[in-house]
Parts: sequence; C-alpha cells; structure tokens
Amino acid sequence: MSKLLSMREAVERFVPDGSSVLLGAGLEGLIPFAAGHEIIRQHKRDLTLLAPISDMLFDQMIGAGCAAGIRAAWVGNVSAGLGHNFRRAAEHASPRPIEMIDYSNFTFSLALQAAAQGVPFLPTHTALGSDLLLTNPDLQPMESPYGGERLLAVRALTPDVAFISVQRADVEGGAHCWGALGVAVEGCGAARNVVLVAEEIVDHDVILSDPNRILAPLFRVSAVVHEPRGCHPSPVQGYYGRDHAAYHEYHEQTRSPEGTQRWLDEWVYGVSDRSEYVAKLGQGRIGALAVQDHRTAALVDYGL
Amino acid sequence: MASNFTAAELMVVAAARQIHDQEVAFVGMRLPLLAFCVAKRTHAPGAIGLFESGVIRDTPAPELLFTMCDPPNIAGAAGCGPMSTVMASLQRGDVQVGFVGGAEVDRYGNLNTSYIGSWREPSVRLPGSGGAADIACLAHRLVIIMPHERRRLRPRVDYITSPGYGDGAGWRERMGIVRGGPSALITTLGVFAFDRGTCEATLQSCHPGVSLEQIERETGWPLVVATDVHPTPEPTEEELSIIRAYDREGFWTRSAA
Repeated sequence: MSKLLSMREAVERFVPDGSSVLLGAGLEGLIPFAAGHEIIRQHKRDLTLLAPISDMLFDQMIGAGCAAGIRAAWVGNVSAGLGHNFRRAAEHASPRPIEMIDYSNFTFSLALQAAAQGVPFLPTHTALGSDLLLTNPDLQPMESPYGGERLLAVRALTPDVAFISVQRADVEGGAHCWGALGVAVEGCGAARNVVLVAEEIVDHDVILSDPNRILAPLFRVSAVVHEPRGCHPSPVQGYYGRDHAAYHEYHEQTRSPEGTQRWLDEWVYGVSDRSEYVAKLGQGRIGALAVQDHRTAALVDYGL
Repeated sequence: MASNFTAAELMVVAAARQIHDQEVAFVGMRLPLLAFCVAKRTHAPGAIGLFESGVIRDTPAPELLFTMCDPPNIAGAAGCGPMSTVMASLQRGDVQVGFVGGAEVDRYGNLNTSYIGSWREPSVRLPGSGGAADIACLAHRLVIIMPHERRRLRPRVDYITSPGYGDGAGWRERMGIVRGGPSALITTLGVFAFDRGTCEATLQSCHPGVSLEQIERETGWPLVVATDVHPTPEPTEEELSIIRAYDREGFWTRSAA
C-alpha cells in the first residue's frame, strides 16, 4: 500500500493546530527544513516543537508565530550563535509568548525512548543537580527500588507527529538512513504518526536488500514524502554537504523582527514548495554542496 | 598575549592537552571539535572521540567541522548510530574526559547556558544544555572552555544548566551525581584547576602576556591562585600548524570564539 503524499498533504493531514511536532531528530544533520517551511506556509498555530537540537529551524518557526511551546535541549544557530527569534519570544513574548520546557540531549532521548517502549518513564543518573529540574516538570528525582540510590525519572514524551528525514525510502514506509542517527529511531517508535521525508524513492526490494539499515518497522510509518534537497541547508550524508553560509546569512538577516519577516517572505512565503526553493537557490549554490568524494561502503552479503 | 597566536588557538591547544592518550573523550560543540583533532594528531593518537549525535571516531576528521554532524565527521567514523549508544557509554562511566563551553561559570564550576536573570523572566535566553548537563554529570573529568570576562565568571550563576561542584565539597554526592566534576577551566586569559578539598577554581597558569592583575579584574569571585602559578605553555609550531591547516579561514580561531 502506497503511503506517498506531497509535503503539502502530509502537513495538512498530520499537523493540526495545537499538535506536538518532532523535527530534527538527527541533531545538526538530516533536519527536515522542507517540513518546517510547509508548516509555516500553512500558518499552523499553537504547535509544541520537539527536538534535541533543531539548529536554526525552530528559530524560523518561532519567528513565524507557529509555536506556543518548545521541548528541547538546545535552541539557536549552531555555527552562528544565538537564535534571535527564540530570544525575542522568550524574553519579550514576541511575536507571541512561548512555554519552554528544558531538556538535556540525553533526557530528551530517554523521554522518546520511554514512549517508544510504552512505559511511563525511564530512570537515569544524568541531570541530577541541574536546574533543568526547575524548568521541566517531566524530570522528577526518584529513589531506586533496588538499594535506594537517587535517580532521575524522565517522563515519556509522545509526539503527535515526527518528521524524520532519510536518504531513501519506499512508498510503503521502509527506509534506509545512515550517518548520525540522533534520536531518529526513538522518534519513529514514540510518535503517533511518523512522516518520512526521503531524498529518493526506491523499490521495496532495495530496502529489503539491507534489513539492518532499515530505520523503523513499516507499521510505524504513516506517510512518505519524496522531497529532494528537503534538508538544505543541513547536510545529508552521501547526498549534499552543509551550507554553512546559509546559517550565517540567516543569523545576520534576522536580527530584527522586520528582517525575519523579509527572510520568511523571500525563502518561505515567496516559494510555493521545496522544488521552487531549490530552483531559487540556483545551480551554483547547489553544485557547491555536491558530494565530491563518494565513499560507498563494502558490500554486505545476506546470502543463504 | 604574545603576538604569533590567538587566544582561541591557545585555548584549543590547552583543551587538546587535557585529552590523554588512549582516553575516551566526549567532544562538544565549537572549539572542542578542533581540540580533539589536535590531540589525535599530536600526543593522543590512541584517543577515541564520542559525539552526542551518535558518532564515534578513532581518527581525526579530515577537515574542519562546523558541527559534529558534518559529513567529514561521519565518513570513516569508528561508529555511527543513535545518540543513546554514546550516552549509554557516558552514563556507564566509559568516558574519561568531556568538554563543554558556557556563557557563565562560577567558582565551583557550575555552568549556565540557559537563562541570564530569573528563569521566569530572563534578560537573556541562551540556547540551553544540549548535551552539556549530561557530560557534566557523567564524565570522569569535565573541561570547561569559555571567554574570560567579569560578567561571565560570576560568584554564583543564575541557573545551573550543567552541575559543577554546586556549593562545594559533598554537594555532588548529596545530589546523587555518580562521579566526576570539573577538572579544568580554560579561559581566554588562563587555566584553572579545581581544588580537591574546597572544590574551588584555582588559577594554575596565566596565558603569555596576561598579568595576574588582569585576571583578578576579569574574575567575579575572590581569585585563588596556586602557589606554583606559571605561564600557560605556548602552543608549539606543530600544534599551530595543525590548527591552521584545519581552520584555514580562521572561522573558530580568528573570527569567532
């Protein structure tokens, strides 16, 4: 059964106003910017954005007024500095107030893992003594039933929808993903709906040829979107590199709310979909990010 | 400061020297990305680097990294998978040394990268923990890297994102933290160690050309100075040439940081 949708359809169907959305499970790579931009174009409101580190995508969605809440370990612009829109929202409630729930990367991963395993919480040694416990009610100290040591109970976190970028997928929801996986596996296990955002669509047999590389069981996947260059400016291993300049341009252009509006007008509202965005980037910029030095892995023999 | 290297270059070298050969190091964002490469190419060829995105490396990345997920950090990695794998190693106690940066630090090595002012109504909202709180709680040794300014080296931080020694001896144990604690604070002006008894930051060395008075002026707590305080060893030609071969444009070591 084909689960193939356009990004427009996937956002219409799986991102109602008020929902919680996991974007950027791969940390600084494989970030589904195309999904975030379509959510902005559809003027979705009152969302809770979820990620360990979303790099600058969350700053864009906050600036566009989509977010009522954030659950994350880090919000900003990894190579350029602070996120101006995140700061304006947190410090001045502009363009609207946001509720921030602070995690560390590990506690965020554990929150998804608990949901993926269907348990109410998972215990850990991390973050004890941190003031994260003041700004996250879902991190509660507990006593171990086996000897009484102090632990932290990280409450399960179930995203309404997770957009997970992958290199290749089939239309049924089988997918291969490689590189740093971050919390992608846990995200696929935890979310009520999983939307795969694939650089390439391949035959089901291609996916079945390497079962160890399959990201998630087919039945966890609600939809598959074919979105070439859907992660630009973040990198996709084997497909394109990171467009470092884009992060710095954004950082400079969004110092004011007016600058943010101009940036959104140009790069999000000014294009109707990802293919127009890619066309606007132009061949020169796209070409500069192309993989120069292909490194394919050794063949794997699953022979009988 | 002596003339032929930048403060950031000196900090990268000082950080690299905190990684001993054969150790497992948890490498954070920004300058530590470069410090790991320098350590691998000089005194610590057997060190292993863990990155919170899920990457494990036993060779230095072949080119400059802007983030830990850049393709050059993944190609040729000694492991690449979920974050939970490297975090499990960290929690189990496999990681000898971890690196974090901070916006604010206090004399007990507590770090704030979250809220300046009250967290209810912050005057500045900073990005948050990332993996820093995890590294600070779970690595055997924590190395802190940050600019040295009076407004950043404060008597008490507004918010403890990443725990150091809290309010002094015994605090980590009371909190239930299983091990570790800050071992070094490397700034743009000098290097501190943390006293085993009092848990306070103690100045070990001043960078070349930096005076004790200057450090005292830029430190927001009553400065404690080691009896054998000395100049920070300068980067060697080899270390500088490795840094500059990576950071040709000076992205981390000349303009930023």
